[in-house]
Amino acid sequence: MIKLNVNGKSHSLDVEPEMPLLWALRDELKLAGTKYGCGIAQCGACTVHVDGEPVRSCVTPVASVAGKKVVTIEGLARPGLNKVQMAWIEHQVPQCGYCQTGMIMAATALLAKKPKPTDADIDAAMTNLCRCGTYGRVREAIHAVAGGKPAMKKA
Amino acid sequence: MTTTISRRQFLKASGAIGGGLALEFSMPVAALAQPALAAAPEVTHWIVIYPDDRVVIRVARSEMGQGSLTGLAQLVAEELECDWNKVSTEFASPNEHVKRKRIWGSMSTGGSAGIRTSHEYLRKSGAAAREMLVSAAATQWNVPAAECTAANGVITHAPSKRKTSYGKVAQAASKLDAAKEPKLKDPKDWKIAGQSPKRLDTPEKVRGKPVFGIDVQLPGMLHASIAQCPVFLGKVKSVDSAEAEKMRGVKGIVRQPDFVAVVADNWWRANQALKKVKVEWDPGENAAVSSDTILALFKQSLDDPKVASARKIGDAPGALATAAKVIEAEYYSPYLNHATLEPMTSTAWFKDDGTLDVWTSTQNGEASLATASEASGLPLEKCEVHKMMLGGGFGRRGAAQDYVKQSVLIAKQFAGKPVKLVWSREEDMQHGFYRPASLVRMKAGVDASGKLVAIHSKIACPSILALLRPEGIKDGLDFTAIRTFSDSPYTVANDQVDYLMRNPHVPVGFWRAPGLQNSFYRECFIDEVAHAVGKDPLEYRLSMLKDGDKNKGVLQAAAKAAGWGTPLQKGVFRGIAISDGFGSFTAMVAEISVDPKGAIKVHRVVFAIDSGYVVNPDACRAQAEGNVIFNIGQLYQANTVKDGRIVESNFNDFPLPRIGEMPKVETVFASTGGFWGGHGEPGALCVMPAILNAVFAATGKRVRSLPLKDGVVA
Repeated sequence: MIKLNVNGKSHSLDVEPEMPLLWALRDELKLAGTKYGCGIAQCGACTVHVDGEPVRSCVTPVASVAGKKVVTIEGLARPGLNKVQMAWIEHQVPQCGYCQTGMIMAATALLAKKPKPTDADIDAAMTNLCRCGTYGRVREAIHAVAGGKPAMKKA
Repeated sequence: MTTTISRRQFLKASGAIGGGLALEFSMPVAALAQPALAAAPEVTHWIVIYPDDRVVIRVARSEMGQGSLTGLAQLVAEELECDWNKVSTEFASPNEHVKRKRIWGSMSTGGSAGIRTSHEYLRKSGAAAREMLVSAAATQWNVPAAECTAANGVITHAPSKRKTSYGKVAQAASKLDAAKEPKLKDPKDWKIAGQSPKRLDTPEKVRGKPVFGIDVQLPGMLHASIAQCPVFLGKVKSVDSAEAEKMRGVKGIVRQPDFVAVVADNWWRANQALKKVKVEWDPGENAAVSSDTILALFKQSLDDPKVASARKIGDAPGALATAAKVIEAEYYSPYLNHATLEPMTSTAWFKDDGTLDVWTSTQNGEASLATASEASGLPLEKCEVHKMMLGGGFGRRGAAQDYVKQSVLIAKQFAGKPVKLVWSREEDMQHGFYRPASLVRMKAGVDASGKLVAIHSKIACPSILALLRPEGIKDGLDFTAIRTFSDSPYTVANDQVDYLMRNPHVPVGFWRAPGLQNSFYRECFIDEVAHAVGKDPLEYRLSMLKDGDKNKGVLQAAAKAAGWGTPLQKGVFRGIAISDGFGSFTAMVAEISVDPKGAIKVHRVVFAIDSGYVVNPDACRAQAEGNVIFNIGQLYQANTVKDGRIVESNFNDFPLPRIGEMPKVETVFASTGGFWGGHGEPGALCVMPAILNAVFAATGKRVRSLPLKDGVVA
């Protein structure tokens, strides 16, 4: 049994220790907000927080996070939305939206560490892949949160 | 066979009155868990209005990020005159669609056609429903309908100062007949359409709600991972699954002529076990095909006298023979995978009552339904497809329903249990329907003044239609292979376009803006000719476009917005291109720099588009931004063929652009009105030529073949 703390809730999972956290979340705990994109830590769609750090859950063995605090998109802000999610709506960031939960996890972790990130900070931290091409709005939304404003984007 | 069903029967059958089945119409799986909704009448087949005034607008097309779910709803709401804040959407059910004789029209979502091919019947449906609601209110009040007005979901009878809301009269309105030709608004009077309300699908997406095909969770569901023959068209020869079958969680192995799948209680376990299945493949006759042999095939074809004629104006070969100067070039593009971030996925469930349910990310719910029916052997009426949000489509999930077929075949072996098939990224990369590789030879003849007097283009390109829509081929021509050349707006007295269809075994498909390679070829070659005769690339193009041509309008708009001809920061250079398609006219100016190592940096892109009308400007800007970065990837992406198979396997060797590569994108709506053009793809057309023409301006080097070797201008 592997003891996991996910979104503040304790779970005992009878799974192989090497099972990636991603699949323990998706298929065992039925938390589908964390996405599979590549399985080799390239795309970041599977980003979750482990003790506050952004981690690519597709290459993280579930046993390695036993006893640590795992937060997924479902537990990022309850109830409601955090500032990043609100800025994502305000700036209409998502297109298909598939990569966006990972993007939001990465951006939330970045802003927690660097409340006023520079463009270079954003380039370095936001290594998530988006096929639709939402990068410009991802950057705008992060700056808006840093600026303390869920600023109205002109329509 | 389809069965007729009256609206009344349908409402009962579908549960739109009272029952629970109506919930299954509702797109998000999350909604399945919600309490039953109150009874609500279908006012028209597109519009359901609840007693509490909530309006549900049905959407027949798919939502893959392009935003038309919201745009289509805006058009209905505009004519309906409802309160936009009370609008939600649901996907029309493919099963009911069949039973009701295709009442919701096309479900196909491609060609940037979602809005431009359905705006009329949707707006009419909204207008008809508004008239029915007003009429129902007028009847209740016993006043002439002409004395009543409707706005924001409220009907007012001014003379008696009475008001009622849509929800209160919807039931009565639903019993009236819908007018066939209701009067539509002039777009200049739009209040909801033409604006940028926030997309209706965003809130669930930022919360991580399980809205995508891959997110489906059902009771007792099993998971499948698949392996297809690495060489396209190859077959399974033998399978040794003894080791895999003993692995934890494995429920069984599925063997079909062209694939093997492992089914387990968790996808990772299925995929781990799949790696232990020893499959011997029969690669068939294509095991020696490579990118080199394909290029050689294209190259040979360019000298084949047997061509399909795609355009013949004047006498191009004759005029070339007497031209003052002839410029000649060959351009090449590789195969490219769609690389949707959500891999191919489909869930199928053969239920005990003899029906089949499929949940999938599809660009065409009806095609998925037909595929499910065919693969299962069940009649259409016994099948249902639950349309989920797509984690990207870009043309991969429309005409080809391979993954739906596979999921049905897999689930058939596990009847009674839902089975979710998810392709690994590796499988997705190596079993796509690729943007065709192609080779084009162009010859241009100019007179002594530099005027272009003849152009002869020969296009060697696989046919998408030959594989996916053979009925679409006319006179040996596939419009996706010849476009941009066959319909070039440049006025050239002698213009000949020849098509050489060559179909290697690599599957090809509709990649965002099918045929866009031709925009790269034509617009870079025109640039070459302009430079060869010492003309400004903008002026040269303008001189060949007729006044009143919308291509000219967008070219001027882009040039003006970009400040063409004005000084730039040191080291930054401009390139320009035009191309029309998918109902719209576009032009683009790219500003780039090239570092000493030859790496290209795109700083700013100015994009002008004339789509006639613009339904949601912000969503259209998002499409422009997406198209720009999607295509910047072409600088270094390729799917290479070796030993009959695709070499690249994941994002490590098929890189997607990252955030640092995103330029500033400025969209100029040069709308002239009076027509409906698309937005999902037109923005893709000019990206490569505008950038590569700027690269020439910066370096004097002409890039005629993609991708760039080692990602740099050598």
